[in-house]
Amino acid sequence: MAEVLVLVELNPAGGGVRKTTLEALTAARALGEPSAVVIAAPGTAAGVKDTLAEYGAATVYVAESADIDEYLVAPKVEVLAQLVGEKSPAAVVIPSSPEGKEIAARLAIKTGSGFLTDVTEIAADGTATQAAFAGQVVVHSRVTTGTPIYTLRGNSVTPEPAPAAGTEQEVPVSLSDQAKQARVVDRVVEQKSSRPELTEASIVVSGGRGVASAENFSIIEALADSLGAAVGASRAAVDSGFYPHSFQVGQTGKTVSPQLYVAVGISGAIQHRAGMQTSKTIVAINKDPEAPIFELADFGVIGDLNTVVPAATEQITARKG
Amino acid sequence: MNIVVLVKQVPDSGSERKLDPSDNTVARASADNVINEMDEYAIEEALTVKEAQGGEVTVLSVGPASATDAIRKALSMGADKAVHVVDDALHGSDALQTSAVLAAALGQLEYDLVICGAEATDSQMSVMPALLAERLGIPQLSGARKLTVDGSTAKIERQTDGGYWAVEAPLPAIVSTWDTINEPRYPSFKGIMAAKKKPVLTLSLADLGVDAGTVGLANAASQVLDFAGRPPKGEGVKVTDEGDGAEKFVGFLAAQKIV
Repeated sequence: MAEVLVLVELNPAGGGVRKTTLEALTAARALGEPSAVVIAAPGTAAGVKDTLAEYGAATVYVAESADIDEYLVAPKVEVLAQLVGEKSPAAVVIPSSPEGKEIAARLAIKTGSGFLTDVTEIAADGTATQAAFAGQVVVHSRVTTGTPIYTLRGNSVTPEPAPAAGTEQEVPVSLSDQAKQARVVDRVVEQKSSRPELTEASIVVSGGRGVASAENFSIIEALADSLGAAVGASRAAVDSGFYPHSFQVGQTGKTVSPQLYVAVGISGAIQHRAGMQTSKTIVAINKDPEAPIFELADFGVIGDLNTVVPAATEQITARKG
Repeated sequence: MNIVVLVKQVPDSGSERKLDPSDNTVARASADNVINEMDEYAIEEALTVKEAQGGEVTVLSVGPASATDAIRKALSMGADKAVHVVDDALHGSDALQTSAVLAAALGQLEYDLVICGAEATDSQMSVMPALLAERLGIPQLSGARKLTVDGSTAKIERQTDGGYWAVEAPLPAIVSTWDTINEPRYPSFKGIMAAKKKPVLTLSLADLGVDAGTVGLANAASQVLDFAGRPPKGEGVKVTDEGDGAEKFVGFLAAQKIV
């Protein structure tokens, strides 16, 4: 069967593979037999290869070097390009993070290939599905030149185990001077959160201008915690200083596609809809019955968020006992 | 310090955007076209660096003749001059082809720093700095929420989930900026008047030495097969809270087997 290279995306600080990697391994199986590619600091692959094998990696390519994390993006591109040259895979699938998209772009130039970003589905014939204009239009597209390179949007595919050999194969890393130009001198974590990451979360609870203050976002956080959800915010809420920018959902923020999206006190401007309208199920809570968010909602509550949200949190918590 | 800012004209993200069914490209002619919102932050950052260190800010855009509106906007904010690559053969070009044209244009300009917005609101790919870094062999400093230029080095804070990475590289380098980096200025009346007199150099593919047979829809490395509007959602349930809103909401979640 044709080999499909899947770039492994890792959680920081030895936190194992990201869910997006398992999604990519699952999606890649439509095209052939996935091989996982670990390009990371020495000692990384040992801790993740079992998981990669469990999700279908027949081969685990291990390209480990201290240089990988020291420079931005370019080292991973060189290693992947080398592998594409040696293995002539049927395709390359990369999780669609900011870094993943940049790797795909540069790999496309290095290998003389076309690439498609933020695909939500890959068919056996290589046709990809994309959501254009922030989800308003569904597009089918394909790569017509070289080795097709796809970046897979998070939460588009449900990871399914399919045990495979996971045979390790070492890949020597030798980087050009050009790959060593943009040096990562520090990695700073400012917000430590026990909540799931926004683009990975299966449930997202977001607050908007209607939440009315930074302090009052605690009721959004409480509902999110009762559901094991990530917290998001509309641009209006972020611009008003209620919640940090890194949690912004919308055209100029994150695009999320969870199983459940709860929009609280969010009117539903196009800016916001752009980031969430592909969510499977949408619930809206808003006091304005004319709010456009209700057009998207599978379930809407017209009411005061300050009474509905805490009461719902209490009932959900009680159910979970 | 010579700074080139990349500017793209896009259909207004606040309006309904469409693809053209005749060739599956973005319907630009019928759209309400504006400067890519994210580019305004790149222009502001370029002007800030210039004001601190001296130099010149050049706007570079690839796009149809109508893109002059976006270019004038950039000039009215304070950029010094512009280069506009216009050629009918470019219609339908993908990101790879556009990056080749931009790289060719940059090859004719002197630059220490190239700055662009972190994404265009129409394609939302966020790949142009990566593509140009690869083509030009210069370092990629993408996704910045802060930029510091010191002598021959640029340093950014690359925005990440819950924090940032400090990344530095020698100049020349390409930087992309998020909307967290600054507050773009509004063009003054004086700026708008002055922009009308600023030089805009129009270049064709031939001027750049780019073979027209390598760009455009027919020569793209990927192809849109078909498209359709997102199927409308079925009518949802809407209830008015009469003290039972929370209960109904939780009941809905239970019916969906979410709680």
